[in-house]
Amino acid sequence: MDILSYTAVGLAKAIREGKTTATEAMQAVLDKIEEVEESIHAYVTIDKEKAIKKAEEVQKKIESGELTGALAGVPIAIKDNLCTEDMLTTCSSKMLENFVPTFSAEAIRNLEKAGAVIIGKTNMDEFAMGSTTETSYFGVTRNPWNTEHVPGGSSGGSAAAVAASECFFALGSDTGGSIRQPAAYCGVVGMKPTYGTVSRYGLVAYGSSLDQIGPLTKDVTDCATVMEVLASHDEKDSTSIKREDTDFTSALVADVKGMRIGIPSDYFREGLNPEIKDAVLATAKVLEEKGAIVEEFNLSLVEYAIPTYYTIASAEASSNLERFDGIKYGYRTPEYEGLHNMYKKTRSEGFGEEVKRRIMLGAFVLSAGYYDAYYLKALRVKSMICKAFDKAFEKYDIILGPVAPTTAPKLGASLADPMKMYLADIYTISVNLAGLPGISVPCGMDSKGLPIGVQMIANSFEEKKLFRAAYTYEKTKRMSKSVKCAE
Amino acid sequence: MINDEIMDYIGILAKLELSAEEKESTKKDMERMLAYFDKLNELDTTGIEPVSHITKVQNVFREDMVTKGDEHEKTLQNAPREKDNMFMVPKIFG
Repeated sequence: MDILSYTAVGLAKAIREGKTTATEAMQAVLDKIEEVEESIHAYVTIDKEKAIKKAEEVQKKIESGELTGALAGVPIAIKDNLCTEDMLTTCSSKMLENFVPTFSAEAIRNLEKAGAVIIGKTNMDEFAMGSTTETSYFGVTRNPWNTEHVPGGSSGGSAAAVAASECFFALGSDTGGSIRQPAAYCGVVGMKPTYGTVSRYGLVAYGSSLDQIGPLTKDVTDCATVMEVLASHDEKDSTSIKREDTDFTSALVADVKGMRIGIPSDYFREGLNPEIKDAVLATAKVLEEKGAIVEEFNLSLVEYAIPTYYTIASAEASSNLERFDGIKYGYRTPEYEGLHNMYKKTRSEGFGEEVKRRIMLGAFVLSAGYYDAYYLKALRVKSMICKAFDKAFEKYDIILGPVAPTTAPKLGASLADPMKMYLADIYTISVNLAGLPGISVPCGMDSKGLPIGVQMIANSFEEKKLFRAAYTYEKTKRMSKSVKCAE
Repeated sequence: MINDEIMDYIGILAKLELSAEEKESTKKDMERMLAYFDKLNELDTTGIEPVSHITKVQNVFREDMVTKGDEHEKTLQNAPREKDNMFMVPKIFG
């Protein structure tokens, strides 16, 4: 069997059984990177020597019985906004072009403890602001299914790396859909967990009340397995939640008998590509045939989620990005007159256009005289959106709908009109506002040969329902098997 | 809606110095976004409390203890300018 066609869990098992080694797996991935990276550009940093050395160390520990976990020996990719000790962490920005963290994010430490081996860091929209990976300072990433199209974003490099077999799974972060949407565009599985499930320690903050780290994987089993490793209570993140129910793999059961699935009719109105509508409804049909009870309902307030989200996200971004001042780390302008001029020039030269746009907008909605009218108003509407979900989950176990209104757009088509790009986040952002878990699973292809994703949303702490439904669907359709590796 | 005076004020708050061209395009984008944000005024939010955090977690306290030891050398390696084990900043007092 070709090493690269293993899932992460399958690879770890093969290594445990002596059919292959962590070193062989890493070498196979590095060869693949060598072959396709020029056309995909999923990574911004790769440290081949370190990756091989680390894989050899892990292999020894597996052989000695020290490492026995479900991910031991698996080569992985990390979004470049997650701090990695002694490895560049740039957020795909000129501002952090030369930043080498002195510590690793808690999520990464958990994965390394489980024996996963880091290949390198993946490309993203600058500071995770964007939906196409085109705002990266280091150039665009291309969709492995068709290199004239974007991979989505902001975790576009991570999604492309998984789809092109340049890693066995990847980490991303999701503030408004940044894991689920690129997963859909690239035909892989992506999950944004319940807020507080994965420690944000070491994640470069964008919108702190919205950000969550999560996996992009080849199938649902890998997703649940990685989530089991990622979820942990961490004192270093004061929003981290102590959970007892993170044995997610126990929910990998192909049975949805009696599960109540709500289809929000307001997710299927104008703007949604008909091919996506058909593919998503066909997914619901499959689950219905497996015994789920499927019903349409009105979620309400859907069109208010985008203005609410962009008010809050910009406000939090303007505050979070104040730390980039040219003093402690990152870029400093070469010529300046005095402290304030240094701050201004450093930030104006170090940040890209989209980042500056959001900082300005955020500073405006937080400024005296506008704070109540914009920021507080958005926080009030957010409360209403949360209540709409509460009401829905009184009746349904999960909500099923599209991830995005279209499949992956062509390169260059989105940035010309940022407003249009923001509107495309309509199905993913309310999940972040309400802190809910959501999963994106491949459910078909459009007529252009680009992947379509279906999104399932559950109430807080009910990831297991998502895994059960997604696993049942995957087992029935075997969809992820056919879309696993774009060639 | 947004005049140059407001743009300059926001620039001071955000510590950003935009070129004339950038300022013009950012102003246009902001006006479009804010007009869109005004859609929220269609909703009556009287009596609804603003929610900043969705989880029920309250203040979390821990002892202020050093756990990672002294890392000043590694930390300073990331500084654009440093001198005698300290971050070097432009002159603040004339």
